Amino acid sequence: MLLSRVAERVYWQARYLERVENLARLLSVYSTLLMDLPKGSKLGWHTLVQISGTEKHFNARYKQQSERNVIRFLLAERNGYSILDCLALTRENARTTREIMPTEAFEMINNLYYLARDKADKAVDRSTRGELLDRIISECQQITGLLGGCMSRDDAYCFVRLGRSLERADMTTRIVDVGSGDLLEPLGEGAIGEDQSTPFENILWVNVLRSQSGFQMYRQHVRERIRGEDVVKFLLQNDQFPRATAHNLTTIIKVLQKLPNSSKVKWQVDKTQRLVRNAEIEKKMEKGLLGFLDELQQEIAAIHFKIAETWFLANK
Amino acid sequence: MRVNWKTYNPGKFFDELISSPGYARKPARRLASYLKSLTHDELLQKKTAAELAIKTMGISFTVYSDAGNIDREWPMDIIPRLISANEWDTTSKGLEQRLKALNCFIHDLYNDQKILKDKVVPKELILNSANFRKQCVGIKPKYNVWAHICGTDLIKDADGQFYVLEDNLRVPSGVSYMLENRRVTKRVFPELFENNYDIRPVTEYPTQLFDMLASLSPRNVKYPEVVVLTPGIYNSAYFEHSFLAQRMGAELVEGGDLIVENDKVFMRTIDGLSPVDVIYRRIDDLFLDPSVFNKDSVLGVSGLFNAWVKGNVALANAPGAGVADDKIIYTYVPQIIKYYLDEDPIIPNVPSYLCIDKAQRDHVLKNLDKLVVKPANESGGYGMLIGPQASKKELEEFARRIKANPRNYMAQPLIALSTVPILGDRVVEPRHVDLRPFVLQGEKSYVTAGGLTRVAMVKGSYVVNSSQGGGSKDTWIVGDN
Repeated sequence: MLLSRVAERVYWQARYLERVENLARLLSVYSTLLMDLPKGSKLGWHTLVQISGTEKHFNARYKQQSERNVIRFLLAERNGYSILDCLALTRENARTTREIMPTEAFEMINNLYYLARDKADKAVDRSTRGELLDRIISECQQITGLLGGCMSRDDAYCFVRLGRSLERADMTTRIVDVGSGDLLEPLGEGAIGEDQSTPFENILWVNVLRSQSGFQMYRQHVRERIRGEDVVKFLLQNDQFPRATAHNLTTIIKVLQKLPNSSKVKWQVDKTQRLVRNAEIEKKMEKGLLGFLDELQQEIAAIHFKIAETWFLANK
Repeated sequence: MRVNWKTYNPGKFFDELISSPGYARKPARRLASYLKSLTHDELLQKKTAAELAIKTMGISFTVYSDAGNIDREWPMDIIPRLISANEWDTTSKGLEQRLKALNCFIHDLYNDQKILKDKVVPKELILNSANFRKQCVGIKPKYNVWAHICGTDLIKDADGQFYVLEDNLRVPSGVSYMLENRRVTKRVFPELFENNYDIRPVTEYPTQLFDMLASLSPRNVKYPEVVVLTPGIYNSAYFEHSFLAQRMGAELVEGGDLIVENDKVFMRTIDGLSPVDVIYRRIDDLFLDPSVFNKDSVLGVSGLFNAWVKGNVALANAPGAGVADDKIIYTYVPQIIKYYLDEDPIIPNVPSYLCIDKAQRDHVLKNLDKLVVKPANESGGYGMLIGPQASKKELEEFARRIKANPRNYMAQPLIALSTVPILGDRVVEPRHVDLRPFVLQGEKSYVTAGGLTRVAMVKGSYVVNSSQGGGSKDTWIVGDN
């Protein structure tokens, strides 16, 4: 028995927590990646804003797309999009669902929020940034682990998994954006084709994999040298890698079997899964991946709306 | 910083730990010498540990201000307040006695009104009371109990005796802080729990509360659905609502989660509608049901009152219970106990003057600068006058208010509230305290072991409310071994 309002808050708490971890991963990898790329490459800081889908808000606030501005915007500012604010939202949703979570869950989220609040401003500087981001990533994983290890597999936990998996499915498409050809024009024509990949392209894809802790997994499963299209396939279509989009959609389908009245949601997830699975990545990449990723993100957003329509309070 | 009891001087006040500079009262001796043995660093470390625990555990309360509502960390002083088990056993009998009598009184008011007919309590006091709900007349809740959860404020005067300051029969709060204070003290002073003291545990309260609430269920089922109804996260006591729901394993619901169909209450779940049996409501009467009380209420549930009248759902506390926690009615409680139970009150009231009575009013107006004047229906320490600390202008203003509406005021002598040491920035200092134990009544009665001790953290201040800068302490009922 789970209240609709509680289901909604648990779902958002899990989504925001996952978003915090992914944003931290993005910033962390980006900060090291840029040091290795050639000067004049279009892969500037602004790309981060683009892929997090917050371009409009950033531009309204800042004129200069400098490192400091972008990091401030995505890490420390109270704007509703930053890591700090996503943590505040995680905490708020956890605070209002304390009665159904293990006690330590709120305490850990609460502590992580205070940590970020006290350190985010300073971490706009490169020297302390990495340390804070690593801390955030590992504490997010601790919290996820605690919920996995201590929460009964009841309806509430189903909504934790729905929120987490959907956010992950979405964020992975955004991380693939980082490496996709549309953002990489100055690396030259054919940069992503065949075997002509430049050393920079290689660095780029290695880092994309690293951002998802997927480098070793890729090595073991793909057994190929790092090539753009293989990485994209791995991150979008692999069914075994837990951060891959396809894997997360499969998880959602499994969770849906345990929930009442889930047929409309399932229909939308199946549709999205077909889009991912049937995509011919090589062909898509020739035309540019951006259009495909946009379409995919819209389908994922549609899953959210079906979930809200089926179970949440405002829609009853 | 080190604790030195020789320089600790409570003056003319009754201090509960230290009887005179350098001398601890008997139950407090071990605590006093333990605190004295701590080095500066140890004391500081304990203090920091408590602050950290409060932050981590997210023990907070909300302060309303112009700048928006702020979630603040709960202020707690680490030195516990000690009460001997013997003294507490008597006090707790007194608290049960008082609530039993008050429930007889409320039930009588909404049914036969015998006490009015017998002229023990003047009829016009009740009929003019803002808390008398005409809609409740004729209703007979289970066990004839209306106030299931009561927070009774106790104080000690210079004689060291407990007096009842007021009864809170509507939606008394604070019990979660009593429980959390104990959790913090256990983290900070584990050594005192091990060997030194036989301290009565407080942790059973949520279980007792749940059992009491479940006993009210109109349906005879093994697991009745008990919910806590909160106004939401912006309420100052939200932390407590969530805490109690969590500890009881009950659902925490907001008005929007509930719906009434055919005079039955349901909550909206992901599986559809699910029946509700007992509602521990933390919303005031007037906001409970917009179809009966305040039409503009968005916190309540339309149709809830009727569902209760029909006996399909239990409400704790019942609507209308507040009629007996009016500060004017308070002055009649000794007679009320005598009338229904034929017993003498075990815990005395603070002597009070009723402004509605001409002779008493004249006395009040003449001695306004020596008295504390309270309005009948305010809580949280608002709207009162502390005569000895008031300006001439304030005194004149209150004299005017009393003359304009004598029914609404009562006055009491300024009680020399007892003190307990707090750990200040550098030394231990005496501060005034009160005590709010929690009393339950359903099928059976229950009183917490101690209660929430509230402290006026500002030197010389008598105001203990957390909304006005008050703090708190863990309260230990200690055995005499």
